[in-house]
Amino acid sequence: MIHALLVILACQLFGEAASHWLALPIPGPVVGMIAMVMLLQFLPAAAAILRPVAQGILGHMSLLFVPAGVGVVGHFGAFGDQGLAIALAIAGSTIAAIAVGALTFAAVARVTGNKDD
Amino acid sequence: MTDFTDIWSYLSRGPLLWLTATLAAYAIGDACFRAANRRPIVNPVLVAVAILAVMLKATATPYATYFEGAQFVHFLLGPATVCLALPLWDNLPRVRKAALPLLAALLAGSVTAIASALAIARSFGISGEILASLAPKSTTAPVAIGISQAIGGSPTLTAVMVILTGITGAVVATPLLNLLRIKDWRARGFATGVAAHGIGTARAFQVHPTAGAFAGLGMGLNAVLTAIIAPMLLRLFQ
Repeated sequence: MIHALLVILACQLFGEAASHWLALPIPGPVVGMIAMVMLLQFLPAAAAILRPVAQGILGHMSLLFVPAGVGVVGHFGAFGDQGLAIALAIAGSTIAAIAVGALTFAAVARVTGNKDD
Repeated sequence: MTDFTDIWSYLSRGPLLWLTATLAAYAIGDACFRAANRRPIVNPVLVAVAILAVMLKATATPYATYFEGAQFVHFLLGPATVCLALPLWDNLPRVRKAALPLLAALLAGSVTAIASALAIARSFGISGEILASLAPKSTTAPVAIGISQAIGGSPTLTAVMVILTGITGAVVATPLLNLLRIKDWRARGFATGVAAHGIGTARAFQVHPTAGAFAGLGMGLNAVLTAIIAPMLLRLFQ
């Protein structure tokens, strides 16, 4: 578990440093994710060490958004009388984006004969 | 009652109380989710946030005090994002094979998320700082906040909108995609990750491992794309 945590944190640390140093538009953890995919490509054996810890964290990924979610509650007032319009914009655009994204994927996959195995 | 207030003031000074409360609230949320046959409307994050918001209000605890305990959970968001590498790597051959549908869905989903949000808000007369804050809301919080600052938005408003977008996506994805009869787990997960970042990805992992892996990929790719196109699309609506 220590080794897995070490690899995960080292990848994030590398990602944060690279993102900051190169002024990338991508946040450190996402760079760290790319770094870990590359690490796994070169060293597939690392997957066995990482898997139990990674699955443990990802299995309860929802939990990690709770503190930020609680922070949101205190800011509802900031929207003032535009709250309803903003809520509609968020709900409408999220529904539209999921529908358009999934339909586009399915359509292009069908046209290019791309089936999942 | 003095005993209780003594213990309370002692405990409320350290991080243990609110860290425990955060885990307890989530455990209750997760139990409700299971009891409701995993219906997406009973989202465990939503339930936990509601419980904690009521607790903070009832005890007049400021968010800063709460966060001293909750920060340990919050911190794990970074490592969790890094961990998305593992399901992504597991699915790398499938990702390569689906490059074309992935790129098309990324572009279509990302543009729709930004443009339709701006169009709806604009039709209600929203402009200026609030409109700019709305543009990057489908991408992961640190990126969204950075973009928002660069285009004249408010980081706080954007952070709130990002979370609301994620919860909306997590709640609507399953019924919406069932309604559209999309059965491909790659398409379902990827579209959810693009539109609803990490909270959508967390939801996708609850449903299917393939959906989760592709959702993580969608979130990562959309972080890059939104940084490029959000400023351009905002200009069209200003």
